[in-house]
Amino acid sequence: MHELSIAQEIINILETNVPTESYRQVSKVKVKIGKFSNILSDSLQFCFEVVINNSKFSNTKLEIETVPLIIECSDCRSKIEIEPPVFICSNCGSSNINLITGNEMSIDLIEIND
Amino acid sequence: MSVITIEKKILEKNDLIAANNRDFFNEKKIFVINILSSPGSGKTSLIERSLARWGKKIKFGIIEGDVQTDLDAQRLDVFKVPVVQIVTNGACHLDANLVRDAYSSIEKEEIELLIIENVGNLVCPAGFDLGEHIKVVVTSITEGDDKPLKYPSVFRNSSVLIINKTDLLPHVNSSLAKLKKNALSINPSLKIFETSCVTDDGIDKWCKWLKTQINKNESSTFY
Repeated sequence: MHELSIAQEIINILETNVPTESYRQVSKVKVKIGKFSNILSDSLQFCFEVVINNSKFSNTKLEIETVPLIIECSDCRSKIEIEPPVFICSNCGSSNINLITGNEMSIDLIEIND
Repeated sequence: MSVITIEKKILEKNDLIAANNRDFFNEKKIFVINILSSPGSGKTSLIERSLARWGKKIKFGIIEGDVQTDLDAQRLDVFKVPVVQIVTNGACHLDANLVRDAYSSIEKEEIELLIIENVGNLVCPAGFDLGEHIKVVVTSITEGDDKPLKYPSVFRNSSVLIINKTDLLPHVNSSLAKLKKNALSINPSLKIFETSCVTDDGIDKWCKWLKTQINKNESSTFY
């Protein structure tokens, strides 16, 4: 359900950023999805195919780049990738950490075949 | 071929409305909490007990979110506070726009504390900013002590954890200590309360903390 509303929102953003006459020429939309964003890439891809077929962007493919969950440790300053649900610095064991990446849910670029 | 680089957040529209909601609530000095849990953890019961404790001293406003029915709003009717029910008709979470529209129907009321009860779901609601000041996650002891590990983002994104149904502890295999340890491993800054909406254990402590937050909010701006 969640992925379906995200797929619909991607199409809404396409509509506001692409000139109407170029809708059919949009070949690709590339999105960045963080590993900690609660979005399952396969499910988003599936939902996108469902909604795109009912839109004016019938030639558009979705490319998903998965962004790792990277933290910065406030104690030892390491920047390292972690695997949820372990929220500790694997270098020094501190739980005093900040998420640097992993929550992304953004559109990176739109490709148009002119 | 041309490329449009836009770097836009997919939920930008929601985030913009949420920021407007937050500005509005700050201006009106309304403290807003967004309560999240799985279905049946006791969100509505917790609101009932909070209303029973503070209903006459704090000016409450309640937004109830459910997939179907206004049963929760009916339950709260007895407390004679402004309640508005959002029926999402299948959607698994509330968004900032739904909250803005719902609030408009009670905006003439004087409100100090707005409680938004989200749709019962430990996944999707965690990703949608509604314009609240804090997220409060409720988990009941009957759900097991591993929920924070299974659904980390809602625990990571919340400021407060309420462990509910503590009266049932002798009857279940869950360990309170393990549940707390798991939650704190996801988010060490979680403020934890243990409550029972049947015996009222812990309700007073939670309500007193809530009142402190409202007082803080009245004397300053949160964000």
